[in-house]
Amino acid sequence: MRRNGRILLGHGAGGRLTSELVREAFVPAFDNRFLHTLSDSAVLDTLPAGRPALTTDGFVVDPPVFPGGDLGYLSVCGTVNDLSVAGARPLWLTFSLILEEGLETELLDTIVAGAARAAREAGIAIVAGDTKVVPRGKADRAFVVTSGLGVVPAQRELDDTRIRPGDRVIVTGPVGDHGATVLGERHGLQGDELRSDCRPLNALLESVWSSGLRVRAAHDPTRGGLATTCNETAARARARIVLDECSVPIRQETSAVCDLLGVDPLYLACEGRAVLFVDPADADDLVAALRRHPDGRESADIGWVAEGAGVVMQTRVGGEMPLDLLSGMDLPRIC
Amino acid sequence: MSGEPFFDRAVVDALAARLARVSDDVGRQVTVMEVCGTHTHAIAAAGLRGLLPPGVRLISGPGCPVCVTPVDYLDRAIALGRRSEVILCTFGDLVRVPASRSSLEHERAHETDVRIVCSPRDALAIARENEDRTVVFLAVGFETTIPGIAAAIAEAEADGVSNFLVLPGGKLIEPPLRALMEDDEVGVDGFLLPGHVSVILGADFYRFVSDEFEVPAAIAGFTPADVMRALVAIVGQIRDGCARVQNLYARAVRPEGNLTAKALMARYFEPRDDRWRGLGTIPASGVALSPAVAWRDASWIPVDPGVPIEPHGCRCGEILKGVIEPRDCPLFAHACSPEHPVGACMVSSEGTCAAWYRHARMAVGGRA
Repeated sequence: MRRNGRILLGHGAGGRLTSELVREAFVPAFDNRFLHTLSDSAVLDTLPAGRPALTTDGFVVDPPVFPGGDLGYLSVCGTVNDLSVAGARPLWLTFSLILEEGLETELLDTIVAGAARAAREAGIAIVAGDTKVVPRGKADRAFVVTSGLGVVPAQRELDDTRIRPGDRVIVTGPVGDHGATVLGERHGLQGDELRSDCRPLNALLESVWSSGLRVRAAHDPTRGGLATTCNETAARARARIVLDECSVPIRQETSAVCDLLGVDPLYLACEGRAVLFVDPADADDLVAALRRHPDGRESADIGWVAEGAGVVMQTRVGGEMPLDLLSGMDLPRIC
Repeated sequence: MSGEPFFDRAVVDALAARLARVSDDVGRQVTVMEVCGTHTHAIAAAGLRGLLPPGVRLISGPGCPVCVTPVDYLDRAIALGRRSEVILCTFGDLVRVPASRSSLEHERAHETDVRIVCSPRDALAIARENEDRTVVFLAVGFETTIPGIAAAIAEAEADGVSNFLVLPGGKLIEPPLRALMEDDEVGVDGFLLPGHVSVILGADFYRFVSDEFEVPAAIAGFTPADVMRALVAIVGQIRDGCARVQNLYARAVRPEGNLTAKALMARYFEPRDDRWRGLGTIPASGVALSPAVAWRDASWIPVDPGVPIEPHGCRCGEILKGVIEPRDCPLFAHACSPEHPVGACMVSSEGTCAAWYRHARMAVGGRA
């Protein structure tokens, strides 16, 4: 099946081809002691002290390879980050593939290598997985589902209901890069500078949790972007979130792609950013601490929490724009 | 984002202060209408309404091609899309617009092959790649978009791409402006004229607004400073009791417009009476394909679009004319919301009703 090969229905049938795929493609890439047994379940070690955190996510990005990442890298980062923003230390992940018959094995190798690279960077182990192959046309090349298990240490309390008026809103870098990169690839608008922000955030966030700064809650603004994350947080916190347009970091190249396609970068996915809500007295220290870390160099204080509801942006000319939830798909405008 | 000075807060603040002074001089509330979807969007995105003095009311007219596309046009598009050989190509924001019994978004979830494109040339490329299929481009838009469609038709003609058809739905800006000014019910004191359309048509084109109707007007660009400057100019004309068309977007709009684009448009399209959602039929306000390329009109394909059903109780027409405000419509925020739009003004995210809906939710701190 190797070089220049194609995925056949038989690769998902559970027979000889499946075990060849597992032995040749997955085990060497994800190499860890839990995987080597190739048994029905990965039997793991006793969990460290704390509350277990469990999450799952499906990934269907088109195109599957983009500047700054690929489907595999993205799928591991996404689950690591979902655990990390909940305050958990990510430990073990599962990795399941749904492949379209005829997929180039080269693309599969890229996806698996991307997942392995993300696992190494995050310091987690991929301990179980599954592969199914569906007939040509029944899926678009490759879909990935990852699940992750982590542990939230005692005394680490992150919860939107702890957010108070006056708290500051901090973002760990420019927003919209991932969404703009993928949209740009789809519409032939690649630029030298434009690349996904996709990265594991557990190291950056672990440094925040251990700093003792009073962070109330954290989220990763993936699907729906910063604006959607803030809307969901405002609703759970029963508060209003005010963003300052001048302070929200947006790269020029991301902004340019958005202008051309008529989409708003505040609604585009980030895959390597966190939004943190922090006690106002600790806001400057938090930004300084984040900026010392390689994954948080462009962190910024972008707004505050107020009494009320919803999300508004104070525009750079002094107006106010409500940032509502999107209705339906995020579509380019024509006018 | 280009043109940073146009976003300068100090510049906008100074213009807002000037507008307040001029508005005080007028001594009554004046209503200015913009007739361009990009203006609607730019005004909302900068939160400009909050910076206006109480004496200036800024309303959105029939400037968004998506909002004014009538329901029977979409019914026909949907019926065409149900034919297995047809690929429908459309600009993105048309897909959510409710037709009589369905929408392109719903059709897409069933069998219809609906492709979202950013340009008519993308649709032409799809036609080249699918020689055994019929590509129907949903050709909606104003004078900004029509020349691009004409260019795609010219290319299809030159290269003999015979499976590229269009469903003409283009609209012209002059007839609805005239209709609005002739309507005694409409109380518009001045027009903020569109930027992009004016790049094509030219500043001289609008002379009828001031010469025939004596209504103050200004052509504006899309930055906050552009819009504020145009409002100062329009309200200034009202104060001075004069009416002329001021071109405040001269960095892009020439007096004569874009002659090449106009020639292209005239070669492949000709005016026809056309229906507008909410406004009814306006003479010579739409475009049909010219005789030489009329065979590319997908309206000739026999389909049964059914009887058009206009949403009952929807008052978009009056809202588009500025006669009533969204809260005066019985459907607003009840049967009609951005998630389930009934009328045209709720469909586009920056339509008048959609913009009001969002502000109302903010104001009461919960659902409108």
